[in-house]
Amino acid sequence: MDPRAPVLRLTGITKRFGPLTANDAISLELAHGEVLALLGENGAGKSTLVSILFGHYVPDEGTIEAFGRPLPPGDPAAALAAGIGMVHQHFALADNLSVLDNVMLGTEPLWRPKSRRAEARARLVATAQRFGLAVDPDARVAALSVGERQRVEILKALTRDARVLILDEPTAVLTPQESESLFATLERLVAEGLSLIFISHKLPEVLRVSDRIAVLRAGKLVATRATESADRGALAHLMVGRDVPAPVARPHTAGSVVCAIEGVTVANALTSVSLALRAGEIAAIAGVSGNGQQALAEILCGLRAPDAGRVTVAGRALPADARAWIAAGVARIPDDRHAVGLIGDLPLWENAIAEHYRTRFARRGIVRRRAARRFAREVVGRFDVRAGGGVDTPARALSGGNMQKLILGRALAGEAAGGTAPPLIVANQPTWGLDIGAVAFVHQQLLDACARGAAVLLISDDLDEIFALADRIAVIHGGRLTPARPAADWDLPAIGLAMAGASA
Amino acid sequence: MAGDILAMLVNADFWVAVLRIATPLILGTLGVLLCERAGVLNLGIEGVMVAGALTGWLTVYLGASLWTGVLAAAATGAAIGLLHAVLTVPLALSQHVSGLAITLFATSVSYYAYRVSFPAVSTPPTIEPFAEMAWLPIPVLAKQTPMTLAALLAVPAIAWVLYRTPVGLAVRAVGENPAAAEGQGLNVIAIRTGAIVAGSALMGVAGAFLTLSAFNAFFFNMVNGRGWICVALVVFASWRPGKALAGALLFAFFDAMQLRLQQGGGEGVPYQVYLMLPYALSILALVLVARRAAYPQALMKRYVRGER
Repeated sequence: MDPRAPVLRLTGITKRFGPLTANDAISLELAHGEVLALLGENGAGKSTLVSILFGHYVPDEGTIEAFGRPLPPGDPAAALAAGIGMVHQHFALADNLSVLDNVMLGTEPLWRPKSRRAEARARLVATAQRFGLAVDPDARVAALSVGERQRVEILKALTRDARVLILDEPTAVLTPQESESLFATLERLVAEGLSLIFISHKLPEVLRVSDRIAVLRAGKLVATRATESADRGALAHLMVGRDVPAPVARPHTAGSVVCAIEGVTVANALTSVSLALRAGEIAAIAGVSGNGQQALAEILCGLRAPDAGRVTVAGRALPADARAWIAAGVARIPDDRHAVGLIGDLPLWENAIAEHYRTRFARRGIVRRRAARRFAREVVGRFDVRAGGGVDTPARALSGGNMQKLILGRALAGEAAGGTAPPLIVANQPTWGLDIGAVAFVHQQLLDACARGAAVLLISDDLDEIFALADRIAVIHGGRLTPARPAADWDLPAIGLAMAGASA
Repeated sequence: MAGDILAMLVNADFWVAVLRIATPLILGTLGVLLCERAGVLNLGIEGVMVAGALTGWLTVYLGASLWTGVLAAAATGAAIGLLHAVLTVPLALSQHVSGLAITLFATSVSYYAYRVSFPAVSTPPTIEPFAEMAWLPIPVLAKQTPMTLAALLAVPAIAWVLYRTPVGLAVRAVGENPAAAEGQGLNVIAIRTGAIVAGSALMGVAGAFLTLSAFNAFFFNMVNGRGWICVALVVFASWRPGKALAGALLFAFFDAMQLRLQQGGGEGVPYQVYLMLPYALSILALVLVARRAAYPQALMKRYVRGER
């Protein structure tokens, strides 16, 4: 085959989900040995496109050719047979099975009377060695770190002789060091003759690893650029479609301690965590998710009690009862807006008063509907919540960004309904999955609240976000928190080491 | 009292009873285990056992051989299992509702068919059931029928399939993470359907044991909750065939013991207390063991391709 012929050719791919056109007539080629980056915001259609390529979805229109041959739509087995491998963003691994089981799955004829495990093991070990991806074949996947799981995902494709590898947001869950090691692996793959599609919404890493960049926006392919000649600002503009004002950070002067976390311990989650949150300051906890952030956030939202240690707000220890924390004026922004933040089937106005429906918005046990709706309209107006049906829209129908604005409004606009501005804001992954515009809005709200004197705790695994907002940074790993140091004292390597558990 | 129990434990007849009571539980539990390992709850088991008991017995009553009866029961189970599979896998309906509906449906249809076939009998018609394996030189087993031997052999066979063959790995994988299985090119719907059909066939055979081996006739209410016991035993067994055998034997032990205690006649204790005993002890065992159970991760989760 002509080495310059494209290994993949997508022609006019269109996919609709109801009224939403996720992919609109996208045509792309992938050259042999090339790293093509698919750049775009969340919801731009990147994942849909590669899901079509790998056969998870059937496109409404368009065709795919792999190595010059048409690929039947909607058939992952055919994609695998054609040499296409995929590393899913949410790893497609069975946690309770061993690494070897996961790699062997689907590689043998189903009705063989005995699996050829020794053979498969030798093959896995050889492939792992060849690409420098060390992994224990007998380890249960559940016992592996995130970086190791990703290695298993890559090995799954490589043992099947993949020649095209698709990586869907592969760095989203990695520490900076793990990302570096992934990039080294990718270089090795290309040197071995593979072609890669690398999906990301992070500009710096796209510029770092790719040869060519395809920018998707709202389902359309808006541009392809050679990475060499690509300009960072221009790419950002292409991705978002407009200029995004950077949030304005003012120098903060920290006031008195609003919330003191002292020696908080939770079995299997937190070990003797201490941190003081001061008025007018943003303190951030960095770390790969799953290192105890959840337990800490739950304690600070009044959802669980620590096994040992104590937390005081304004000098008072609060019981593990959400109502007490709400009454103390703690503004709570949970990480999972679908599961915890909002009740999807209830209308926007009922969600807006969810924290105060028995107190501020009730009289003799009856909800004051008019006041509640007025408050909801106030939130919608001030926080720019875009809802088709006004305050009667079910929360489920909002986009992620608008859900987050609603949650912010509920937590921060209390004074509009006779409350006070919150003295403490607990924001757990507040911008997860939001597009750049919504991220900027959330950041600005946190900065403004802080400027008005609130103590803000930001828990995030996005280092860009942490460096953009935080006055002080502490890093959590394995349930232990480093001492908080001024943001200027941290640099990327130091924070990466701390995230990986090296004592700083 | 303690002496009575000791005398019971050294009595071979007691252990013969344990194994006999355990046989349908072993088969049924293996059946549920197959379905649940593939990620699908099958509460149809109670009805499948009734239907298997009837068709197995009816086949033999109409003149076929005993093993043909067993096959007929398996086929009945497989057919009902296919119905459950179609409802819960490609159509992705509630596994609870479908399973309970199938139990009600299969039970009623079986009773109706029996009534229509034998409208005017006062004593149930009988067949010549499986004979004991007197040729076997193993003490307690020689007093059992070949169906018990088959059930015992099914345990290592199922374990082999699950842990040593590609299809077993595929079944475990679709019960753990169907998206991962599909990503490796497997057909999740076909594998789940196959596991449910095979598991239900075993449940049908479990029912047939009652009419072809334990008794020689079909009675109403003869399955009497054994299916539900199997559903609990699978949890007790942490979805492992070897532990499933142990669980079935343990329950059968309690049940055989309560029968003896009833006969022994503890003065002043109503017999219902003894009847209750195996169930109460099962709940206790479940509490002790199943709190640590590692559920198949995708159990009772519907899988629709391309759904996010």
